[in-house]
Amino acid sequence: MRYIVIGSGVAGVAAIEAIRSNGKAGEIVMVGDDPHGFYSRPGLAYFLTGELHDKALFPRTREDYARLNFKFQKGRVTKLLPTEKAIALDGKTYLSYDKLLIAVGAQAMPLAVPGANLEGVVKLDHLEDARRILKFARRGKTAVVVGGGITALELAEGLLSRGVKVHYLLRGDRYWSNVLDEYESRIIERRLQEEGVTLHFHTELAEIMGKSRVNGLRLTDGRTMRCDILAYAIGIKPRAELARDAGLSVDRGILTNEYLQTNDENIFAAGDVAQVFDPATGRSVIDSLWHLARDQGHTAGLNMTGERQTYVRNTPFNVTRLAGLTTTIIGSVGQGHDEDIVGIARGDSETFRQLPDAIVAQSGFDVNRVRLMVGEKTLLGAVVMGDQTISTPLQRIVRDGMDITSMRDKLLARDAKIADVVVDFWSKYKAN
Amino acid sequence: MSFINIFKTDATRRVALSAGHVVPDSSRCVQCGICTYNCPIGIDVRAHAWMGEAIKHSECLTCGECVARCPRGVLRFERTDLFTDGAK
Ligand SMILES: Cc1cc2nc3c(=O)[nH]c(=O)nc-3n(C[C@H](O)[C@H](O)[C@H](O)COP(=O)(O)OP(=O)(O)OC[C@H]3O[C@@H](n4cnc5c(N)ncnc54)[C@H](O)[C@@H]3O)c2cc1C
Repeated sequence: MRYIVIGSGVAGVAAIEAIRSNGKAGEIVMVGDDPHGFYSRPGLAYFLTGELHDKALFPRTREDYARLNFKFQKGRVTKLLPTEKAIALDGKTYLSYDKLLIAVGAQAMPLAVPGANLEGVVKLDHLEDARRILKFARRGKTAVVVGGGITALELAEGLLSRGVKVHYLLRGDRYWSNVLDEYESRIIERRLQEEGVTLHFHTELAEIMGKSRVNGLRLTDGRTMRCDILAYAIGIKPRAELARDAGLSVDRGILTNEYLQTNDENIFAAGDVAQVFDPATGRSVIDSLWHLARDQGHTAGLNMTGERQTYVRNTPFNVTRLAGLTTTIIGSVGQGHDEDIVGIARGDSETFRQLPDAIVAQSGFDVNRVRLMVGEKTLLGAVVMGDQTISTPLQRIVRDGMDITSMRDKLLARDAKIADVVVDFWSKYKAN
Repeated sequence: MSFINIFKTDATRRVALSAGHVVPDSSRCVQCGICTYNCPIGIDVRAHAWMGEAIKHSECLTCGECVARCPRGVLRFERTDLFTDGAK
């Protein structure tokens, strides 16, 4: 039996662990085009700010990999040949498989404005991107960030912490408008300003200027700005072309059933590239979340060995730092369209925007804030900013669909002290 | 108790770190490595977080550095002896 895993991200590594955990023999080959192999992609943000050395981003040692007993083949897969059960590497070598996993992730949406190829235009997908940003930050004085979601702020704060003056351009009138509510957007915007980022609302990039390097830009309203770095994070796109060209079913991502299997029984897909069927909702969704990529890789790996495990989708959630404020987003909390992002962003889930029929309960001020989406009997989503004491209980309450009848009225009461109500509910639950 | 009071300050949290061990919630972890990077005695906290295992390392000082630095609230401190008052 030969297993091939394309992609050295968390989904690929989790799949290999699952294949081996099953005590399965067989040859495993991981093929990846990132020269650095497996590292923490979300950790790149902390490398940018200087909180981490890049060497610290690598979770595994050589010995760890040796224990998993697989071969790493550096290279880019250029073609899938499902009929022959083979893949083409760099257009020349062919490798055959019995079971194949596609875990190639997603990539930044390209900027479609003139000048986007100039030196000094940067994004944040890989470790090499992060190193490039730091290289430009050493020489650059002024950066402009465009886009939205978490990555836009990671770029802004990374550059700022390296002493670069940062302007953040937003097309609309507030930050991350389809996940955060207005109050939350304003908290983040105010903190960004306090950190020293200059925000420009209703502002859209038209053209990046410069000969070979960026030296400025022109906005759609005709104004110009000087800058040496242009950083963008306008959303991501699953790398689904290989699968599409090979005739596999692809929608926004590679379509799989609840076993992570594509429409070819020998080919599985997991992680950011996969659009996975969720029997609980009847929908096929895309997430760009580390923990779900790991879960998917794990289930796919088991099923590649012949098991038949259903992927149970945990409630999507993300804990992140927005303008220095720890923020947890759980389940469905927002809706609509954010002008700064095309499709989905990093650390994002399509579920975040499936705002349910719910009543909003909120409390908090300034840095500690809680917003709950209160359903008939369950909590459907939550945003916790600042202190995270209640975020783990909330994650469980939403994930397990716990019956909240006993605290529902208290949550919806006028001036409810939501955190206290949740803590009380949780302690009683734990005591039972 | 008011909303603000249920949130302990870092100072009180540090006091509580006296008898017990650090426990991860692996579903929150993105393996960034800040915990391991900041551990003064070089315990690979991140590896424990991947496995979802408590840090029962004999050399762990329970200094709380990893708990305080983790940007995602993955780590918390759990008392081993429920009959002693950890805040003392
Ligand atoms: C800056 C940043 C911040 C993030 N923040 C968060 C966060 O706060 N919370 C969160 O939950 N998630 C976050 N994420 C998302 C998280 O990292 C992803 O969900 C996760 O990495 C997906 O894992 P994956 O294995 O599916 O894909 P990836 O990690 O993208 O790995 C795919 C691999 O496939 C390789 N590959 C691609 N094409 C080919 C090919 N043709 N041939 C060979 N190899 C190929 C790539 O080089 C890559 O190594 C963030 C990501 C980034 C980049």
